[in-house]
Amino acid sequence: MIWNEKFETMPGEEMRKWQGEKLREMIERIYYNVPFYRRKLQELNILPEDIEGIDDLARLPFTTKEDLRDNYPYNLFAVPMSEIIRIHASSGTTGKPTVVGYTRRDIAHWSEVVARILTSAGVERDDYIHVAYGYGLFTGGLGIHYGSEKVGATVIPISAGNTKKQLQLMEDLGSTVLACTPSYALYLAETIDELNIERDRLKLRIGIFGAEPWTDSMRKKVEERLNIKAIDIYGLSEIIGPGVASECEYQEGLHINEDHFIPEIIDPETLEVLPPGERGELVFTTVTKEGLPLLRYRTGDLSRLIYEKCRCGRTLVRMEKCLGRSDDMLIIRGVNIFPSQIESILLEMGETEPHYRLVVDRENNLDILEVQVEVGDQFFSDEIKKLEQLTAKIRRNIESTLGISVKVKLVEPKTFERYEGKTLRVIDRRKLD
Amino acid sequence: MIIKQLSVFLENKAGRLTELTGILGRAGINMTALSIADTSEFGIIRTVVSDPEKALQILKEHNFSVSLTDVVCLTTPNKPGALARALEILSVEGISIEYMYAFSIGEEAFIIMKTEDINRTIQVLKENDMHLVKAAELNNK
Repeated sequence: MIWNEKFETMPGEEMRKWQGEKLREMIERIYYNVPFYRRKLQELNILPEDIEGIDDLARLPFTTKEDLRDNYPYNLFAVPMSEIIRIHASSGTTGKPTVVGYTRRDIAHWSEVVARILTSAGVERDDYIHVAYGYGLFTGGLGIHYGSEKVGATVIPISAGNTKKQLQLMEDLGSTVLACTPSYALYLAETIDELNIERDRLKLRIGIFGAEPWTDSMRKKVEERLNIKAIDIYGLSEIIGPGVASECEYQEGLHINEDHFIPEIIDPETLEVLPPGERGELVFTTVTKEGLPLLRYRTGDLSRLIYEKCRCGRTLVRMEKCLGRSDDMLIIRGVNIFPSQIESILLEMGETEPHYRLVVDRENNLDILEVQVEVGDQFFSDEIKKLEQLTAKIRRNIESTLGISVKVKLVEPKTFERYEGKTLRVIDRRKLD
Repeated sequence: MIIKQLSVFLENKAGRLTELTGILGRAGINMTALSIADTSEFGIIRTVVSDPEKALQILKEHNFSVSLTDVVCLTTPNKPGALARALEILSVEGISIEYMYAFSIGEEAFIIMKTEDINRTIQVLKENDMHLVKAAELNNK
């Protein structure tokens, strides 16, 4: 099923024309309404009437998270506050939160794009959507909520937390779709096992998971343990929240709602746009946003764009599953490491829980990476020898994949909290100096 | 003759053993024998308790990594050479011991051991007239 045939299957040329027109309108709005952008455009000697089409995008200035912080809270808004009907704030994964605002039309667009991603995930009117994303300043809960209502499904706004009660209600109310972070989905699966709830008593069939990077091996694990199809969605509050992009049933990349959010891939060092298909930093321009339009916003997320038409019939450009943020990246003795790589290794081994934490420290001017892994009941042996063999095996696997030496430490189960929010995967003590 | 020994994974953190024993104590579970195997990073508590199933359940609820392990408890006279004689029997049969711990009360010594093949261990020891102790007996000592 396709929610909006017109845009989701629009031929490439037509889409580019649409994007060009919307970009021109956007530049006019921000030039006259946002002093920050007017200054930036003037510095480059660009006037709104200079923008002729989408090809002019690459000439325009970038926006960074830093810019949002400098203009905290409302200085980048392009409409009077009387037009703003909703505020959200980023979860502040890295530093201070950033504030975003929506006009009535923005909320309507948001519901529309979320309706599209839910439909592409296979959600229908008859579904019961268990929304276990947090409600509140975080865009996850309310974003999925409005889109679900637009689709006409039955929304269960359970929000996050109180897992046992959630499972009870999931069973009693017959939830068919679970929307939450992938780590919370895994936590739910564990709790289902702990409470010996028979899977047949739950009617779940689809998972809508996003808000943090997760690997394909984690997807397999969640799909097996919950017996669902796990769909990856992508979004960030600065752009709109959930609804920026999502997988379809084929799970081969995430379709970007590019009539609203124009993607580009740049080299994070040179800031040059990279040739089609190359991997780099994802940048979005929110051409239809009224409240907080952002020009070439640098997401910090690393991905690449896939231009081939998808088997589902959508022509929307796809982005590869995002496996890391440039600011999650750790540089250990000169080697770039993403936490998701370690997660993949642990999941592929299948001999520990996929719950880990990376602790980076510096001893005698040398970076030390310690990987702490939880020992689950099913993997616990009471023989020291076997636990030491396990530790050595994890170390060997990580070292041979990443090419750096690491220290592996086994820790007790549930050492790392995993709730609705984003799990703290990395502690970098080097920065505390 | 098999005794269900409780094995618990513990990180080397201050207060963790106090917490564990406190939980068992409050649940009215008695520990008859206990040993700790430790490495620089973690330790394993091995203990024979009055109600292993209940202890397992309670510790799981408290998020411990815990399992039940089949062990056997041999008793010998508390005299020089008695343990050597018992071990000789196993050694002749080629049964290797993964770990063991022992204690003595008056005239008797008790040796709790985990071997690679617990059923064969029991069979061999019985054939050689060694005396094995049941869990219930051990708890009443």
